[in-house]
Amino acid sequence: MTIPASDTGEPAILEFFAGMSLAVRHRFAVNDVASGLRLWRLAWSLGWLDIRLRYRGSMLGPFWLTISTGVMVGALGFLYSALWHMTLADYLPYLALSQVLWGFLATLVSEACTSFTESEPVIRSVRIPFFLFAMRILVRNVLVLGHNICVIVVVFVAFHVWPGGTGLLALPALPLWMLDALALCLLLGGVCARFRDIMPIVNSVMQIAFFLSPVIWKPEQLGVHAVWLPFNPFYDMLEIVRAPLLGQTPSLLVWIAALVYSGLLCAFAWMFFLRARGRIAFWI
Amino acid sequence: MTTDVSIDAHDVSVLFPLYHGNSRSLKKLLVAAASGRLTEDKSHRVVVRALSDINFSVRSGERLGLVGANGAGKTTLLRVLAGIYEPVTGRVRLHGTLNALLDPSLGMNGELTGRENIMLRGLYAGLSGPGLTRLEDDVIEFAELSDFIDLPMRIYSAGMSVRLGFALATAIRPRILLMDEWFLAGDPAFMEKASQRLEEMVRAADILVLSTHSDVIIREWCTRVMWLEKGRIRADGPMARVMDEYIGASTEVAG
Repeated sequence: MTIPASDTGEPAILEFFAGMSLAVRHRFAVNDVASGLRLWRLAWSLGWLDIRLRYRGSMLGPFWLTISTGVMVGALGFLYSALWHMTLADYLPYLALSQVLWGFLATLVSEACTSFTESEPVIRSVRIPFFLFAMRILVRNVLVLGHNICVIVVVFVAFHVWPGGTGLLALPALPLWMLDALALCLLLGGVCARFRDIMPIVNSVMQIAFFLSPVIWKPEQLGVHAVWLPFNPFYDMLEIVRAPLLGQTPSLLVWIAALVYSGLLCAFAWMFFLRARGRIAFWI
Repeated sequence: MTTDVSIDAHDVSVLFPLYHGNSRSLKKLLVAAASGRLTEDKSHRVVVRALSDINFSVRSGERLGLVGANGAGKTTLLRVLAGIYEPVTGRVRLHGTLNALLDPSLGMNGELTGRENIMLRGLYAGLSGPGLTRLEDDVIEFAELSDFIDLPMRIYSAGMSVRLGFALATAIRPRILLMDEWFLAGDPAFMEKASQRLEEMVRAADILVLSTHSDVIIREWCTRVMWLEKGRIRADGPMARVMDEYIGASTEVAG
């Protein structure tokens, strides 16, 4: 028994032409995203296999991530709470949460740069939605995040931190993070395929952003200068998840800033993807 | 729907910009410089004309063979028809489900078991649930992997990997079949077994576009031949006439 290709849900008509109008480009890009979403099973399998293959043959597998994050958080926690004269119970839960969230963000940004180039053989041998590769990166990083959440849970339990009902305020931030992650993959994946110098730049920007954003230090430590923090998009994105989980309500300003920055990112990524979609196969 | 299956290409050109100074681009650059296909585009980037002004239509029932020297644009044309490269000028229109067999090991991973590779390939093709089960049964039967199916592919013998790749590629039957020549390479014993399955697949397709260097395969399978030279169509017509011209020209050069 073989399978007729009509079972595969591929469109029966394909048409491409040069000099597309913006509306047509838009239609093609929407189609790309829609057919990418239809391949969610593939995106899930690819992301899952990436993790499994990375830790093939290792006994603890992805839990090595949990351990290394745990050790990092523990070591930094003791060091910085001593340096800054803070109590461990006050600092460690904050650090665990920040470090795990930042780890997700930084890895995602760095992997977004190779979202298309790492799949060059596939892209060059079959027509497949580019959005699939963005989904794959997201799946992969969400799975890693899932393992690292153990660290947060252990620290919270050890120090009796319980966000209570306020913690639910973090939920609306999750779809926003996902959306931004996908937008970043399309944008950075395309830009880095075209300009190979962008990736090292992105990585050093993230390195600087790590120190400039309140990840290991607390916003209060800035004193009067903390009013400037909402201009840092990383602060806003971290705060809308972190504050509720520590039992605080994020300020309206932080949420507005997070939405504005996300809106700008998505709009920019989309405009880029409209123009770049048909060219990515030539760039990789 | 059968009568609807068609391919139309109108004034198609494909330019390869040379962005990255890697060895592959450099090789392309040299080949292109030698054949006079290196030009500059509007914004003064160096580009290679991979295809220029390609016009043709293929109707249901036709078996089109692409011939030409290495670098003539055969694989690029297949990639354009498959929707991988979108043309810089012109228009391509395909009616009918499409399967492009360009890479024998598409999405396969040696660390995964045969069964996992089958699942992955099925997912690439957009199959789900019952389709995946049918694909698995069909491929396992043809590839004769029995106990090996749950072992990682990297321990397979070369023959087993070829059988698995071939079985996967030929499991999904499209109306339009695009095929690169790798597909017909294999050891003779395997080809005997494979040829029946391949013929079934080709017969079931309404349109075949095949790129090859093999005179024998063209004569056996194609009704029409397009001869590409330096990215342009040098000749396009009934198989016998174009092949005589093509072979005549290549012996002239060789002699």
